[in-house]
Amino acid sequence: MEGRRYIPIVLLLLAAVGVQLTLSACDAAYYLTQLTMSLYYAIVAVGLSLLMGYAGQVSLGHAGFFAIGGYTAAVLATRNLAVEPGAMARALGAMGLLLQREDLYGQTIVYLSPWVSLAAAILLTSAVACVIGVPVIRLKGHYLAMATLGFGLIVYYTVLGAPGLGEADGFSDVPGFRLAGPLEVNGRSAFRVQNFYIACVLAAGVMALGGNLVRSRMGRALRAVHEGEEAAQSLGIHVARAKFGVFLLSALIAAVAGFFLTHYNGGIGPSEATALKSVRYLAIVAVGGMANLWGTLIMGVGLNFLSLRGAFGSFDDAVFGVILIAVMVLAPEGVFRRLPWPFRRKGGDDAAAA
Amino acid sequence: MSAEQALQYCLAGVTVGSIYAIVAIGFNIIYNTTGIINFAQGEFVVLGAMTAISLHTVTPLPLAVAGAVAITAAAGGLIGAGLTRAVKRPTVLRLIIVTIGLSIVLRAAVLHIWDEKVRALPFFTGTEVSSVGFFGARITPQALWVLGICAVTVAGLTLFFRHTLTGRAMRACAANRTAAGLCGIPVGRMVTLSFTLSAAIGALAGCAISPVTQTQYDMGAPLAIKGFTVAILGGMGNSLAAVAAGLLLGVLESFSICIFPLAYQHAVSIAVLLAVLVFRPSGLFGSRDVSALKEH
Amino acid sequence: MAGRMLAGLLAAAVLWAVPLAAGQGEPIKVGAILSVSGPASFLGAPEKRTAEMLVQKINASGGLLGRKIQLIVKDSEGSPEKATSFAKQLIEEEKVLAIIGPSTSGESLAIKNLCQEGKTILLSCAAAEKIVDPIAPYVFKTPQKDSDAARWIFQTMREMNIRRIGVIVSNDGFGIAGKAQIEKIAPEYGLQIAIAEVYDKGATDLTGVLNKIKGQNVEGLVNWSIVPAQALVAKNMKQIGFQVPLFQSHGYGNIKYVQAGGEAANGTMFPASPILVADQLPAKHPQRELLLSYKKDYEAMYKEEASAFGAYAYDAILILAEAIRKAGTTDREKVRAAIEDLKGFVGTSGIFNYSKTDHSGLDMSAFEMLTVKDGKFVRLKP
Repeated sequence: MEGRRYIPIVLLLLAAVGVQLTLSACDAAYYLTQLTMSLYYAIVAVGLSLLMGYAGQVSLGHAGFFAIGGYTAAVLATRNLAVEPGAMARALGAMGLLLQREDLYGQTIVYLSPWVSLAAAILLTSAVACVIGVPVIRLKGHYLAMATLGFGLIVYYTVLGAPGLGEADGFSDVPGFRLAGPLEVNGRSAFRVQNFYIACVLAAGVMALGGNLVRSRMGRALRAVHEGEEAAQSLGIHVARAKFGVFLLSALIAAVAGFFLTHYNGGIGPSEATALKSVRYLAIVAVGGMANLWGTLIMGVGLNFLSLRGAFGSFDDAVFGVILIAVMVLAPEGVFRRLPWPFRRKGGDDAAAA
Repeated sequence: MSAEQALQYCLAGVTVGSIYAIVAIGFNIIYNTTGIINFAQGEFVVLGAMTAISLHTVTPLPLAVAGAVAITAAAGGLIGAGLTRAVKRPTVLRLIIVTIGLSIVLRAAVLHIWDEKVRALPFFTGTEVSSVGFFGARITPQALWVLGICAVTVAGLTLFFRHTLTGRAMRACAANRTAAGLCGIPVGRMVTLSFTLSAAIGALAGCAISPVTQTQYDMGAPLAIKGFTVAILGGMGNSLAAVAAGLLLGVLESFSICIFPLAYQHAVSIAVLLAVLVFRPSGLFGSRDVSALKEH
Repeated sequence: MAGRMLAGLLAAAVLWAVPLAAGQGEPIKVGAILSVSGPASFLGAPEKRTAEMLVQKINASGGLLGRKIQLIVKDSEGSPEKATSFAKQLIEEEKVLAIIGPSTSGESLAIKNLCQEGKTILLSCAAAEKIVDPIAPYVFKTPQKDSDAARWIFQTMREMNIRRIGVIVSNDGFGIAGKAQIEKIAPEYGLQIAIAEVYDKGATDLTGVLNKIKGQNVEGLVNWSIVPAQALVAKNMKQIGFQVPLFQSHGYGNIKYVQAGGEAANGTMFPASPILVADQLPAKHPQRELLLSYKKDYEAMYKEEASAFGAYAYDAILILAEAIRKAGTTDREKVRAAIEDLKGFVGTSGIFNYSKTDHSGLDMSAFEMLTVKDGKFVRLKP
């Protein structure tokens, strides 16, 4: 019985293999590029779904966390430590934490290993999530929405205003992220297939983590909080701690997705930190069904895929706006109200009624 | 810093602050009736200004403004009526999401009805170069217009909400929707009315600030964020406090330029907002008890 | 079930996106990544209209090498991640010969390496010099150089005996790149920058920062910006009685900004491409004929005045068409080399002279100092 919960994860990976083989067979492997990008955006939405659907906390600032992860990757990977290496750089070099590459124009660049910057991104995101999350998570309704929106805007204005963060141009020339052996997060067409699988595995990991969380004691506590904070408190649930825990987790998921996508895209710009981006994540969670991780993942991949291929033309934002209104009016429980067995959550279907 | 320069900073702050204040008033009307924040309020401002600019090509300015206010109010009323009937079980989260969606859709509509170009209404009095001297510092006459319109609107709204039956009925809806319904107040109609009223005031705000700020299809969201900030600083639902908070934030931002680079101006004012949200969610001028009642 | 849904969704997407199979006499595919909507739409929208108009015109007169041009326009909304996705799509899937745009420097830099690695010609419509420095063989740009614009401004300042200046720029890619050039070049002209500030591209009032600059006793002010907010500068200066000469950048090249500034805009000086004063050019001016024809076509088709921004896209397509004609083939390397060999080519923004070491193509002669008189652009020294 214990193993049954992993069946959907296995199916997800099998579906990924099917999609890849079909596309490659049809000589249409280029679709994998946008699918990979969509998967990273969908991962952010899945993290947000944990926060919104299960803990009932709205966030209009998740693009901010995504940007923190992405910008950490970009800043640390594009800083050339070969130019006047300080004591710090030499020490890192001695520990074997520096990598070397040559860019397109023949310049040699020594940079920090992305593994170190991934650790840095996680630490930074945790720190920011604590500073923001501890006071803000106590707020409710509009006040919470406004506070998270404000947080996202501060990140946006910071990356736009700080000279060290690339200002309006953002970063380009971010190198790939060598994971192990030939595996590398890299946007070049030679790496296309393996990157699709890297993104799928990351998505599967986040789904497994989310699924386990939802079924755990913590998940039940969250649902209780969602149903009624006072009642939950009287049952001995530490409401603030439960809410903060899921806030931190979903912030970290967003930051890690941002980190990977920045290495995949080879850059990042302030457009990743805008309030409109946060709203897009919200739209995906809403259309996926609030407390429905699988619905969120599927809609996240589907909608972002179409958007990144330019299918909506100049109506891209309008499409997301229409989706928000239509879902709230026609299907407030999301478009996948009841999924058949492997995807059905045990209990808490009504938790979707945020 | 000379006294004259300091005064000039103050007046610059007043110009910006009056813009924030007039946008914030629109938020308060819907909040007073429904307890929701209309994230699309900024789009009403843009819609009003754009309509007035188009009308002004064929009619004189006062008529254009009046027409724009009427058209935007009608649009706002339709939207309000539609939404309140369409959204079942309207929780705070759902209404936030709907009004955010509405804001995006309205912005796209303005982009495709008009275009991406920047436009402006002419100054109500004087021209681009005229200014009013004030102990050596100067301010554009349009800022005085905006302040005047703020004052008239706040006075009118106060009278309306305190002393007319309709106004009281609207406030009753926000305090307790069910009870209001039981007392025979047509809650749905009151919500529609509040959307109409706030769209009208948004449009008026749009016309008044357009000569100063210029109008472009995508300026609604930034304006709404500032207006919302000011509404919260003042204490939700209190329009007079919103005007005071607007002027305060404007002057604060203006003086912040002396210390911080201008590039961080918005980050500074949002940080102020976060601090207020955390430490004094009832706003600078609100009482804690009232806001505790209204949080749900 | 969900797997099936995913598959169905994918199938739908595939059907939607699969391009029509190409027939005989295949068209030459050219991509365009432009910020048609979003925060840089004031650039991308006229660029798109111009590009579509010119391609239509070329096709109506028989196309190139007997083949039509197929223009694939993608709206990137000014975001580098969408530009990256679209660039990969155009390069790997549509296998376009060249990409026109992007409109902003951030997007152009984001796809610079992609185009180089994918051997796809990029003709950027953004101004920042980083796009062509370091030079990637496949990457070119059509707008004038920021450094040349700065030199024109500084030269004029020297003639007016201005020594101490204030600088304000907007926080978009154009403004930031301009600030860097101003700070680099000002010392060459003996100018002292007393203060440099950056304002938000969505600014609604600038009296505060202008008051700060006024307090620094500057003799001249440079505003480097391409966003509509720049029209506020002239207005707000007059309103607070800040009376020093105002210099704008070539990003001011849109009559809408003058109209928005109204009376206050009079006297503003800025370097610009001659397109803005096409009808005032002497009859023997080499660009006169081309400029008048672009203006006439554009204004007849779209009922709005042509700006210098749309002209960037016009030049990009003109240069590409000329290179294809010269190369006599659509072989990528040969077309690319043909662009590099273009000398004395008359475009709307200036006379282009590309070379192996210069992918910007324009020099100081692409500019002329203009000023605003009675709400119209006129040459500073007719």
